[in-house]
Amino acid sequence: MRDLSYKAVMGRKNDIMKAAVGIDYNDFEYGNIAFDYDGMMEKVAYSMEEMQKIQRATKVGNTPLFEVKNINKLIKKCSEKGKGARVFIKDEAANASGSFKARRAAISVYHAQKLGYKGVIAATSGNYGAAVASQAAQRGLKCIIVQEVYDSKKKGQPEIIEKARKCESFGAEVIQLTVGPELFYTFLKILEETGYFNASLYTPFGIAGVETLGYEIANQMMDMEGKYPDAVVATHAGGGNLTGTARGLIKAGVTNCNVVGASVDLKGLHMASDKDFNRKSFTTGHTGFGIPFASWPDRADVPRNAARVLRYMDRYVTVTQGEVFYVTELLAQLEGIERGPAGNVSLAAAISLAKEMDENQIVVVQETEYTGAGKHPIPQLTFARENGIEISIGDPKGNIPGKTIVIPESIDQISAIDVDLLKLKTSYIKNAVKNNTAVELNSDDIDYIAKDVNLPKNKVVGIIDQLNQ
Amino acid sequence: MNKAAKGTWVEIENEVLSASERAPQVPEDTKTTPLMMWTRGFMIEESASIGDFVSVTTLSGRIVKGKLVEISPRFEHDFGKPVQELLRTGVNLKEEITK
Repeated sequence: MRDLSYKAVMGRKNDIMKAAVGIDYNDFEYGNIAFDYDGMMEKVAYSMEEMQKIQRATKVGNTPLFEVKNINKLIKKCSEKGKGARVFIKDEAANASGSFKARRAAISVYHAQKLGYKGVIAATSGNYGAAVASQAAQRGLKCIIVQEVYDSKKKGQPEIIEKARKCESFGAEVIQLTVGPELFYTFLKILEETGYFNASLYTPFGIAGVETLGYEIANQMMDMEGKYPDAVVATHAGGGNLTGTARGLIKAGVTNCNVVGASVDLKGLHMASDKDFNRKSFTTGHTGFGIPFASWPDRADVPRNAARVLRYMDRYVTVTQGEVFYVTELLAQLEGIERGPAGNVSLAAAISLAKEMDENQIVVVQETEYTGAGKHPIPQLTFARENGIEISIGDPKGNIPGKTIVIPESIDQISAIDVDLLKLKTSYIKNAVKNNTAVELNSDDIDYIAKDVNLPKNKVVGIIDQLNQ
Repeated sequence: MNKAAKGTWVEIENEVLSASERAPQVPEDTKTTPLMMWTRGFMIEESASIGDFVSVTTLSGRIVKGKLVEISPRFEHDFGKPVQELLRTGVNLKEEITK
């Protein structure tokens, strides 16, 4: 009989994971902490052509890209003369399962089937669950989704409950847990029990699957406007969305496009806190994931996270919950499309950026997501109110995560706040040193860190020297 | 409905970790609560009442045991109550675009 205690299962983590993802990460390790990221992406993942074919087979990709003309009219009105870039949206809600996550799931589930796994498992409270369930349904694989849903009173975020419903509608088993990082323990136990594939968000498959999104944006934009976009905004949480999109843009030959990450500001709320859990309106796309995953990607559920945003992010901004609800309303009322709020984080950021950019420039919002009961501004704000959050109309600067949600009065109040990227990179380097105190960082390691944070080597050495003082 | 018959779609509950078994990195407020888990499936026993210990076959075909907490569990999430602030937003936007 296997020991199923917390300690014993966590102790078997590496073996369970190796069996469940079919990748020997040791093949890519070198130096003392370095690993060959590019080599892993090249050898383990699939080519662009293969991925397009895999995705086409299961109703993923080739989503529409369109200009939001009425929104752009308002942006122009509140921008200085010569400013006000045009915003385009990639309507990823058109994918099977209703979000860009289908791109990641398509590759993972295809790979699982190819390796002969009978089923797939994913630990996610987000759209990825439905994406994996939808892909598994198409490929005839069993599917289990493990979700963090409830506080200790079994009160659940309406947005997550809706995602559970959607997973079940595709025939997946949904395991629901109260808040806490020990979800990972349950996840490992189920992986071990079933022998299914870990369709983690962070394997090379999960990330490479998004490359087709960046690739499509580049080519569609070239077809429509005869040029590549000047900026692409991607919502950032675990990092896969931005990493994959940026890699896809590069593969399409786009060299001078600003890749901007955007997260909802949830500063001050602890992600594993029972009390804070239901005081937020966004369960993903927020700083509670965005900051820790940027400053230490390898906190994921696989030994090496294939999502490494600091390599690709040119700028990182935050927006408020109120601003995102406002732009969700804007999209419905002026553009005639209802989409989920979480997918509109990047739209809020893009509107803010467009106001500073030149009028002949183009900024692409690279996703939308489906909407429905629970996953919509009205139920999410109703839930917020029931949990003691004050909702008002006014200046979005008055948003205090966990206390107030202020819906802007007009579009000119939408104003993304820059996150200091150098500070984030320094914090990554600090983590690299802190998490590896037992080893000496050699020249290979410094090279690797420099690549991982996209800074010159001497700058990295300077930061490490400063930390050691 | 307090009784379920064999084959009924039900929800069962399990305590994964008691409050004293929570991981060290868990924040203080969460540490005072157990880690709970809910699973849904078709009940295997002939008959059972809320609170009984039962087994279910889940949608993936696993057999899981736990305390019966709901019979025919319903998704109750909805479209919420009207949010005055958003209704105002809509009206304002229509005005702004025609200005």
